[in-house]
Amino acid sequence: MKDARVIELEEVVIRFSGDSGDGMQLTGTLFSDASAVFGNDISTFPDYPSEIRAPIGTVGGVSGFQVQFGGKQINTPGDFAHVLVAMNPAAIQANAKFMNPGGTIIYDSDSFNEKNLAKANFTTKDPFTECNLNDYDKIAIPITSLTKESLKDFGLDNKSVLRSKNMFALGLICWMFNRPLTYIDEYINVKFGKSPVVAGSNIKVLHDGYNYGMLMQHMSPTYIVHPANIENGTYRNMNGNVATAWGFLAAAEKSGLELFLGSYPITPATEILQTLSERKDLGVKTFQAEDEIAGITSAIGAAFAGDLAITSTSGPGLALKSEAIGLAVMAELPLVIVNVQRGGPSTGLPTKTEQSDLLQALYGRNGESPVVVLAASTPSDCFWYAFMAAKIALERMVPVILLTDGFLGNGSEPWKIPKMADLPSITPRIAKNAGSYKPYERDTATLARDWAIPGMAGFEHLIGGLEKNKMGSVSHDPDNHQFNCEIREQKVQRVVDMVPNLEVCGDNVGDILVVGWGGTYGHLISAVRELRLESKKVSLAHISYIKPLPKNTAEVFGNFTKIIVCELNLGQFASYLRDKMPQFTYHQLNKLKGLPFTVNEIKESVYKLLEE
Amino acid sequence: MVDLHYTVKDFKSENEVRWCPGCGDYAIMNAVQRAMAGMGIPHEKFAVVSGIGCSSRFPYYMSTFGFHTIHGRATAVASGVKLANPDLNVWVITGDGDAMAIGGNHFIHLIRRNIDINLILFNNKIYGLTKGQYSPTSDRGIKTKTSPFGTIEDPFVPGQLVIGARGTFFARSIDSNLKLSQSVFEGAAKHKGTSVVEVLQNCVIFNDGIHAAITDPVQRANRQLILENGRPMLFGDKNDRGIVFDKGKLKVAIIGENGITVDDILVHDATEVDPTLHMALINMHLPDMPVAFGVIRSVAAPVYDIEMVAQNEQIKQTSKIKCVDDLLNSGNIWEVTGNTPSNGSGCSKS
Repeated sequence: MKDARVIELEEVVIRFSGDSGDGMQLTGTLFSDASAVFGNDISTFPDYPSEIRAPIGTVGGVSGFQVQFGGKQINTPGDFAHVLVAMNPAAIQANAKFMNPGGTIIYDSDSFNEKNLAKANFTTKDPFTECNLNDYDKIAIPITSLTKESLKDFGLDNKSVLRSKNMFALGLICWMFNRPLTYIDEYINVKFGKSPVVAGSNIKVLHDGYNYGMLMQHMSPTYIVHPANIENGTYRNMNGNVATAWGFLAAAEKSGLELFLGSYPITPATEILQTLSERKDLGVKTFQAEDEIAGITSAIGAAFAGDLAITSTSGPGLALKSEAIGLAVMAELPLVIVNVQRGGPSTGLPTKTEQSDLLQALYGRNGESPVVVLAASTPSDCFWYAFMAAKIALERMVPVILLTDGFLGNGSEPWKIPKMADLPSITPRIAKNAGSYKPYERDTATLARDWAIPGMAGFEHLIGGLEKNKMGSVSHDPDNHQFNCEIREQKVQRVVDMVPNLEVCGDNVGDILVVGWGGTYGHLISAVRELRLESKKVSLAHISYIKPLPKNTAEVFGNFTKIIVCELNLGQFASYLRDKMPQFTYHQLNKLKGLPFTVNEIKESVYKLLEE
Repeated sequence: MVDLHYTVKDFKSENEVRWCPGCGDYAIMNAVQRAMAGMGIPHEKFAVVSGIGCSSRFPYYMSTFGFHTIHGRATAVASGVKLANPDLNVWVITGDGDAMAIGGNHFIHLIRRNIDINLILFNNKIYGLTKGQYSPTSDRGIKTKTSPFGTIEDPFVPGQLVIGARGTFFARSIDSNLKLSQSVFEGAAKHKGTSVVEVLQNCVIFNDGIHAAITDPVQRANRQLILENGRPMLFGDKNDRGIVFDKGKLKVAIIGENGITVDDILVHDATEVDPTLHMALINMHLPDMPVAFGVIRSVAAPVYDIEMVAQNEQIKQTSKIKCVDDLLNSGNIWEVTGNTPSNGSGCSKS
C-alpha cells in the first residue's frame, strides 16, 4: 500500500449503482453499517425504481444507494457523489448528473458491451464522453470475470456466481476507504449461517475484491476518513420506518397498552407493517387488512376497545382513510395515522420522496375535522415523533397524523440508543367512576374526554359518527353542533401545551430565517451551517409540530428581516403559515422532482434573497 | 359469582326507538335482546358495532357498549374491537346496502378470516334510510327511485357470498319469527368464528311486502323450510313435504306419494364441511322450492383471534426480546467512547 496515494477527507459521498437485481441496496447498506461501526457519522439514501423488475440493463431498472460518511456531523446523504460504483452502462446514464466534478467512477468493464450500451440508450461506444464525464477518474475493473474466477472452485451455477459480484465491488470499496471487513464477514455468516456454501462464496468474493484493490497498482488513491467525534454512548444504525415502528412499541410499553396496527402494504410505508409484524414477542397485534380503509377502521375499532391503535400508509392511502379519520375525530378516539409521503398526485412517484400531503393531512376531510399533525425530521427522530404522536393521542383523546416521507423512511443514520427509563411517561385517560361516566364530558384544561373501554362494568355507552351530546346520544341541536365543532378544534389547539418552544439553529436575530418542516432538515441545516461559516446572518427554524404550531412561532419569525419557506411541494406549508401568521412575508423555495433538496440549491436561493 | 341472569330490559337503552311504526327491525332487536339476556355472558362484555342505514341505528337502542361507525366499515371496525379485546362478545349490525354494496369487501374478508364475530344482516332488499333506491339484493327488474324502468342487474344472494368466502356459519331467519331469530342468534353466539345471520326484514315504507310470499299466514308452512340439525328436512302444513336429492338437484317430495317415506328425505347436517348441500339449501327459492331457514351451516375451523393470541404467546416464549430496551439493544450495536464532542457545527477530527 506504500505506493498508493493516501488522501484524508472529512466526508465522502459514494453512490452504488447497478441493475435492480445487482444487490446494490445490500452493498450500500453493508458499507454504511461498516462505516458507522468504524465510527463515522453517516447518512444514507436509497434511490430505487418502482418497477419490481424493469428490463435488465435499462435506465428504468437502475437501483442506487447513496451514502455520505465522515469525520464530522453528517446531516444528508450528500448532493453529489465523489465515487460512483457502476455495475452497468445504465448506471452511468442514470447517475452522471449526481456526480461531483472530478469524482471517481469504478465500473464493471465486463458489462460495458455493445448490447448493454444500447440498452442504456448510448449511441456510441463511449458512454463517458456522451455523459460529459471525460474529466473524471475512471477505473475499469472486470468485476464479472474476476468474480467468476474467484468462485471457480465452489461449483456454483452461473446465476449464483453473478449474484456475488456486488460483494467484489464492496470489497474493493472497503479497501479504498480503509474499512475493515470484520463487520461484513460477521453479517454474512449470520445471514447465511444455514448455507455455508453461500456464506463462504460471498466472503471469498468480498475478500478477493479487497485484495484486488490492495494488489493492483493502477488503482486510484485510497482515502482515510476518520471516525466522527460524536457523543459517547451505544449506537445502532436506524432507518426512519423502523424508527417509527419502534417509537410506537416504546409508547405501548410506556402507556401499559397493547399495540395494534391495522395496515395495508403501500410503498414506501410497508416496512412499518413488516417491522411490527416481527414483534409478536412484544405482544404487537398486526392486522394486514384487505384495504386502506379496513386498515384504519380496524385500528379505530381497536382504539375503541382499548389498544394503542395505529395505521400506517402513504399519500394515496391517506386519501382512502379520510372518512375514517373523520370518524375518529367525531368519536374522539386515540389513533395515530402515519403517512410516509411519496410523490403524488394519484399513484405518482411511489418510490420517490415528496412533502405534498401536508394540506391533505391538515384539511383533507369532510366537515370541520381537526387533528394534530406532526412531522419527523430525520430518520432516527421518527422514533421520537412516533412516540410523541402516541402520547398526544392517548393523553388528549385525539387522532394524530404523523408525517414522514420516503427519504426519511428509507434513509438511515447512526442513532444513540435511548433508555426506556429516560422517555417521558404516558398516561392514557382511562375513565374511573362508573356511576358518573359521561362519554363526552371533558377535562376543563385539555378538553379531552375520558376513555371507557368495552369490558369495564358500569361504563356501557355508545359512540359514533353522528353529532352527539355529552352523553353520546345523537343530537341535531344547532347550538350543540356549533359548540362541538368549536370545542373539537379547541381541543387540538390546547395540545400546544405539550409542544416545546421553537428553537432556531443559529442566532435568534438575523437577515434570513430559513423555515422548513419534516424530512428536509438535514439538507437545510447543512446549508445554513455553511452559510453561517460564510458569515451570513442566516438561521434555521425547523418545525416538527405543525398543528398546533409552537407557541412562540410568531415571536421567532419576527426577529428576521426575511423568511424563506423551503419544502418539497408547491408551497403548502407557506400557505398554512400565511393563514396562521399573515403579518409576515414568506418567500419560497419549492422542489418537486421526487428528490431531496441539494445543499447547494438551498444556498443559492438564500444568496439570491440576500441580494434582493 | 356475579348474577348473570338478565332480562330483556337489561339490554334496552333509554333512547327512544325511531324506526318507522311496523318496521321489521323492532322484532329483530327484541330477539337479539332476548338472546343476549340468556347467554350467561356479563353485560359489559357485549359490544355492538354498526355501519350506516336504518338497521345500523341499532346500537343506540341497546344498553351495551356500542359503536355506530361509517358506511360499510362496521365489519372492519368490529374486527379491530375483537382483536384488541378477544374476551368481548362482538356483534355487527348491518343491512343489505351496508354489507353487500359499500362494505362488500370487508364482509367477505371478515368471513374468510373467521374472526369470532356475530353479524346480523338485515335484508329488506332496498335502501330505506335514503328513501327507496334499489340495493344489491333487490330482485332484477324492481322499479325504484333510481330504477324507474326496472333494474337490469341481478342481486347478490348473501348466503352465496358467505359460502364463497369460506364461511363457517350461516343462518337465515325472518323478522316475523321472533322465536326462530332468537334461537339462531344464540347459535351464532355459540359458534366460534364468524357467524352470519341473514334476517329477511320488511321495510313497511319503501319495500312493503317484499317477503310477503314467504310470510303469508296461510301458505308460510308450505313455503318455509325450518332446518334443524340432525333432523329430516320436512315442512308443510301437514309436515308431509320433504327435500330429496334427485338427479343432482334438490327437489320437493311428498311423503306417501310415489313410494316416498321419511327415510328418503335428506337429513340436515349443518356441520358437514363440504358446502355443496348448504349452498343448494341457500339457493332454494319460491315458487318451486321453500325458502330455507335456521342454521344452514355451522362448521369448526381455525379462528383468527384465537390463533392470533396463540401465535403471540408462542413467540413470546421463545424470543429473547422481552421488552423494548432489549429490542433497542439487539442486533448490530456499537459503543462510542472517549469522544469529547464539540457543539454540532464544528468539524473536529479525532
